[in-house]
This record gives sequence, C-alpha cells and structure tokens, in this order.
Amino acid sequence: MEQKSIFSVISPIMVGPSSSHTAGAVRLGLMARNIYKESFSKVKFVLYNSFATTGFGHGTDKGLLAGLLGYTVDDSLIKDIFNIVKDVEYSYEYVQDISRHPNSVDIIIDDRMKISGDSVGAGEIRINNIDGFEVNIKGNYDTLLLMYKDKPGMISEVAEIIQKQRINIATLHCDRSSKGGVASMCIELDIPAGDDIVNEIKKLSDVFFVTNVRKLK
Amino acid sequence: MAILSFEELKNRCGSKSVYEVAQEEESSLSEIEVDVVRLKVLEDLTAMKAAIKNGLKSTEKGISGWCGDDCAKLRKRYRDTETLFGKVFEKITAYALATAEENLRMGRIVACPTAGSCGIVPSVIIAVAEERKIPESKQIDALLTAGMIGLIVSNKVQLAGAVAGCQAECGVASAMAAGALVEMLGGNTEEILQAAALAMKNILGLTCDPVCGLVEVPCIKRNAFLGVHAVTAAELALCGVESKIPIDEVTDVLKRTGELMSPVLKETSTGGLAKTKTALELEKVLFNKN
Ligand code: SF4
Repeated sequence: MEQKSIFSVISPIMVGPSSSHTAGAVRLGLMARNIYKESFSKVKFVLYNSFATTGFGHGTDKGLLAGLLGYTVDDSLIKDIFNIVKDVEYSYEYVQDISRHPNSVDIIIDDRMKISGDSVGAGEIRINNIDGFEVNIKGNYDTLLLMYKDKPGMISEVAEIIQKQRINIATLHCDRSSKGGVASMCIELDIPAGDDIVNEIKKLSDVFFVTNVRKLK
Repeated sequence: MAILSFEELKNRCGSKSVYEVAQEEESSLSEIEVDVVRLKVLEDLTAMKAAIKNGLKSTEKGISGWCGDDCAKLRKRYRDTETLFGKVFEKITAYALATAEENLRMGRIVACPTAGSCGIVPSVIIAVAEERKIPESKQIDALLTAGMIGLIVSNKVQLAGAVAGCQAECGVASAMAAGALVEMLGGNTEEILQAAALAMKNILGLTCDPVCGLVEVPCIKRNAFLGVHAVTAAELALCGVESKIPIDEVTDVLKRTGELMSPVLKETSTGGLAKTKTALELEKVLFNKN
C-alpha cells in the first residue's frame, strides 16, 4: 500500500465548493495547459455526465477555463474568471454519455488539439486521451509524451536516451492506432527531462511530436 | 512504514504525543524537516482563519441562491440574545457556517478532509483556541492530531461521500476535530482516540444525499452540527468515558456501513433528501434558471 501524506486529509487549500468538480476541473485545465504549452485564442470544453449536470453549481466551467489560463486551485480570482478573460474565445457543450467517466471533459484548443480527462475524486485527475490516442497522465509525475510511427525498437531507443541522463523511469504507457500506424508513448519520470532529452528524441526518425509535460504542484 | 491502525499508532506513540508521531511520519515520508512540516500545517491553519474571517463578513449567496446568509442570521442572534451554551458553542457554529458558506461562494478554504466538510475541524480548533487563549504552536499540534486521525481512517476507507456516504466526510471530520480538541485541552493519546471513537460511532450511517448534487443542502448546516458533535465527544473522553467498541473496530464498521449503504444514498442524488418533493421543486426551478 502506498503511504499517504497527512496533507491528503488536511489540504489542499482550494477555492470551493467541490474537490472533484472545482479543484479537479482547475487541475484538468492546468494539465491541458502543460500539454498544449502554446498560447491560444479559442477553446471549447465538452462536459460529460455529472460535470454537465451539476458543473454550473460547482464552478466546473470556471475552473476548467481558469486552469487552462494558468490559475491554480487556490486562486480567489477563479470565481470572476469570466470577467477577467479578454482575448480568449470560450464555449461549453454539455453531453450525457455513460461510456465516459461521471466527471469527464474534452478540451479542444484552437481546433488543433483535443485533450480528454477525468476528475477521479479528491481533486485527483487523469488525462486519458490526446487527439484520439490513449495516454495516462495523472499530473503527479513529470511526463514525457511522444507520438511516433509505430515500429519495433522505438521504446528501447527512447529509453536509452533517458537512461543516458541517469533519469529513472517510473512508468511507461503505449498505445497505437494500428500496427505500423501512429502510436503514443507516455513516460513518467522521477525528475523532469531536460530540453536536451526532448531534442534528442525529436531527432529520432519517425517521431512526430515530443513534449515534456510538467507535473502539477 | 505507514501506520495502518489506531492500535499501531498507540504503540508508536509510547510516551510521545500523537502530533509528534504525525510530524515525524510526514517528515520521513516527504523527506522534509519537521519544522517544514509544521510550517505547511501553519499555512493551512492561516488559510482556515482567513476563510472564517471572509465568511463572517459576507452574506453573498451561492449560484443556486439557496444558501449563504445563515451565518449572518446566527451572528445576529448571538449579538441580540443570551444563548444557552456560551461563547465556544456560538463560535463553533458560526465559524463552521462561515467556512462552509465561503466554500459555497467559491471562496478559498482548506479541504479537511474534503471541501464539503471544510468547516468542522477549523471551527472547533479556532473557536476553542480563541476562547481559551491557546497559542499558535498548540493549534498546529491540534491540526496535526486531526490529520493523523483522518489519515488512519483514510487508509481503510476512501473519504468520499460517493464511496461511503457523509459518515466518511463530515463524520470523519468530526472525529478528527474531537481528537484535536482533546489535544488542545491537554488530554493524552488514549483520550484523543476515545474522543475520535465516540464521535465516529455516533455518526455511523450518515448518508450523502445532496439536493441537485450541489454541496449545499444538507452539507453547509451539517458542518455546524458536527462541529458541536465533536465537543460532546471530547468532553466525554476527557472525563474518562470510553467507547466500549475500540476505535479500529468502529472504523471497520464505518467502512462496512459504507459498503452496505445503497448507491442511492452515496452522492448520486437519486434518493434521500435529494428526492423529496421540495428538492424536486428546487431542482426544477434551478435547472430552468440555468
Ligand atoms: S452530504 Fe455528501 S456532498 Fe454533502 S458534505 Fe456530506 S458527503 Fe459531502
């Protein structure tokens, strides 16, 4: 059993009213920000199930947007976020779909990237899909995320680059569209990978996209 | 090594206090100095005090428009009337409502153990500290004690209404507060755990059936009730009253009761208070409005 911190029961400091529907929403937004990284001018949030039905009463809509803009869970400005945001166009859609987690969202940024995630309770979150690829990013580790053309040996090539820097891999998760198709890899690391690692992986043939996703505080 | 039961905690304590074991455990787990652990607890305590202060000033309602001004009503009564139970009682009920209402309006609070139950532990610690002039370092000890109790329970059962009903949120908060109070009043480890056991034993079966799925009805007022509940437990424990059923067994019962509880009564808002005639009417109005 993983040992838990005392601060799992006497924290976090957060804006209310709900750890899953408010703090979790902010963290999903923050995680999407860490993945997308670039500035953006347009975002659409698709809220599912309980996020859709009770989200308005818990500030889920505000939390998601505020997180995406970089506000942290304890920022008192979150409740006024709609009055603060000026140059980002945002919209919401509400959907019931029992195949999705009860507290689930798609975040579509600039019509370019779709990031899906769940708020799994007590403010904990999980990003589970990016542009149709299964990923597994929980925000408690620095994660290296890459998309590449599926081929034998890719995992070991990437692992070698990380190993060279003496960074320990905590977990590794892969998914692919089809054999030889596009594949994704999520590698949780004990310490963040530097730009040198990202650049070296970028140079490997058949890698389309690499990014370093920082963990949440 | 994680402390998985209260029996183990007792053994670990020996001549040490619960809070000392708690800060040592956290220090070794998070690889930070004990002083830093205490600073982090102080940060929580400071945020709790700020939430109370903000909550006492505001009468702003939440998005639903149902709640947000009950604390003000209470304070008016306390100003105008001589109450039955005195200052500590007044402060606990007012501070618990102030915090829970602050949570409702998306104010800054400390989840303890959850956001829905955020008013219980702070109201008890801070009200008693003010009335008894208990210094800050003792308040930190108290919050660490509360945290240790919550942590051990959470190692057995997830502290979420959706998993085990409100007994696991406001109920456990009350047990945490009861232990914290005994610590502040100079009780020993045995008395701290007795207080927690007594508080927990008397909220077993508490359901989670919030109207429209919002953290409002019954959550907000429940914070005041369970703050006071903690005082009863602490007073009994401090004069030597014991829970016939030991705290570890009570914790197991809490978990088991959570499993036995129908999903209808675990945060799904498909039964209980959430499906009363009045709740359905409130729901209709609310969803038309939004
Ligand atoms: S009734 Fe449910 S939502 Fe409300 S405080 Fe209790 S556990 Fe949380």
